[in-house]
Amino acid sequence: MAAAAMVPIFGQNVSDKYDLVPDWTSREVSTGTTIMAVEYDGGVVIGADSRTTTGAYIANRVTDKLTPIHDRIFCCRSGSAADTQAIADVVTYQLGFHSIELDEPPLVETAANLFKASCYRYREELTAGILVAGWDRRKGGTGTVYCVPIGGMLVRQPVSVGGSGSSYIYGFMDSNYKPGLSKDQCLELTAAALSLAMERDGSSGGVVRLASISEEGVERRVLLGNQLPKFSTH
Amino acid sequence: CLRLFSGIWSQLCKCLFKSLFFLTITFIFRNALLEGEANKVGCSLPAARKTGTTICGVVFKDGIVLGADTRATEGMIVADKNCSKIHYISPNIYCCGAGTAADTEMTTQIISSNLELHALSTGRLPRVATANRMLKQMLFRYQGYIGAALVLGGVDCNGPHLYSIYPHGSTDKLPYVTMGSGSLAAMAVFEDRYKPDMEEEDAKRLVRDAIAAGIFNDLGSGSNIDLCVITKGKVDYIRPHDEANKKGVRTGDYKYKRGTTGVLTKAVTPLALEVVEETVQTMDTS
Repeated sequence: MAAAAMVPIFGQNVSDKYDLVPDWTSREVSTGTTIMAVEYDGGVVIGADSRTTTGAYIANRVTDKLTPIHDRIFCCRSGSAADTQAIADVVTYQLGFHSIELDEPPLVETAANLFKASCYRYREELTAGILVAGWDRRKGGTGTVYCVPIGGMLVRQPVSVGGSGSSYIYGFMDSNYKPGLSKDQCLELTAAALSLAMERDGSSGGVVRLASISEEGVERRVLLGNQLPKFSTH
Repeated sequence: CLRLFSGIWSQLCKCLFKSLFFLTITFIFRNALLEGEANKVGCSLPAARKTGTTICGVVFKDGIVLGADTRATEGMIVADKNCSKIHYISPNIYCCGAGTAADTEMTTQIISSNLELHALSTGRLPRVATANRMLKQMLFRYQGYIGAALVLGGVDCNGPHLYSIYPHGSTDKLPYVTMGSGSLAAMAVFEDRYKPDMEEEDAKRLVRDAIAAGIFNDLGSGSNIDLCVITKGKVDYIRPHDEANKKGVRTGDYKYKRGTTGVLTKAVTPLALEVVEETVQTMDTS
């Protein structure tokens, strides 16, 4: 979501009027963002931009919003940077512990439910929109994508986008996604969608980070500015 | 043993979020009440002393260079012309602090203390990632009410590491970072001249120039430039590295010689001071 201030309006007794410190130093760090996850037969492709903003200043122009939760499970973070980092750390611990207890790799659905549990319970205090994606052995070994938006809903989707930049690419997604795409087609689709969103959304930008998760493992890729697919003619 | 361990750990995780809820409520009510009471009497609450500040850090070939200015402001007034913003965390880890001076001071001291106990417990030199975890988890717990924006840097068994930590608890691991009101000026210098794997002298010069940019272009930063160079096994705390703003030397002497003013009369009154009470408390050294 766009850089929303989570700080309550009253009760802050640190004076703002005569401060030499400009406003953006006290704004919360938001991941602005465009994130995306697509299922294909045998795995998932996930992608994100790399911009973190505090107000109008870009705090980190090379952020990695694709966070590993387990060996074959990743999450894409959008919303407040602090909230999503904290939630991801908690879920990473919980899932790791659960996996050791089970003595086998955890299911993506389990990871998604752990995210849902934290996001829903503390929904009033948190601003976190998360996509959980990964590969597990269910149904012969497929990729799955779960969407946990702000508020803590949990829904399984074959393709999902999130973040402030997602609003600009729903049309592109609806018209260009077809079930049964191959891994390379998914990677192209993700790269194209993210480039389009980054072009239009001020809170998204930087480089495109892609990852494909399958039984073989995780393949990470970075598309730098000059490697992004081009769409405008001028 | 595993059950007990899991119990404590799950408590810790729940704690992270539970205290969130309680602290938010207590702080909001308490602060609103205080502000209301103060305004009723006609005064405003004192402004917390902020460090204004330009702080930055850079990773070079053999380690980390941290830099900071030395001005602390209270609203529009300079409260301290030569304060120290680079705080000790552990022998191999130092932390620059921007934001509310008290918050940065106390937060770094608390984590330094906890990290020392942790190091004694593990028997190893502490890692920068550990310090980062401790700081981010504490700041997140307080939901941004602790106004501490930190640049954490150090060298451990895995090499040099540099983190920027924001008041709400988010962190970024980067090769060069700047924080504080002068961060834009300093970042402009970094973005122009940073190169990976610099030599120590180049890195020191780069950091010095970045802080200088903050000092001369930002009102909240000023005075001198402090540097801290951390390499494997050695820390160089250079305070001050550069006195960018030296006070002018007075050219005249305004002291008057004895006898300039004529003395007409002199009266001496000895004050009878006597020892009123003397107590001796012996220490039990047995």
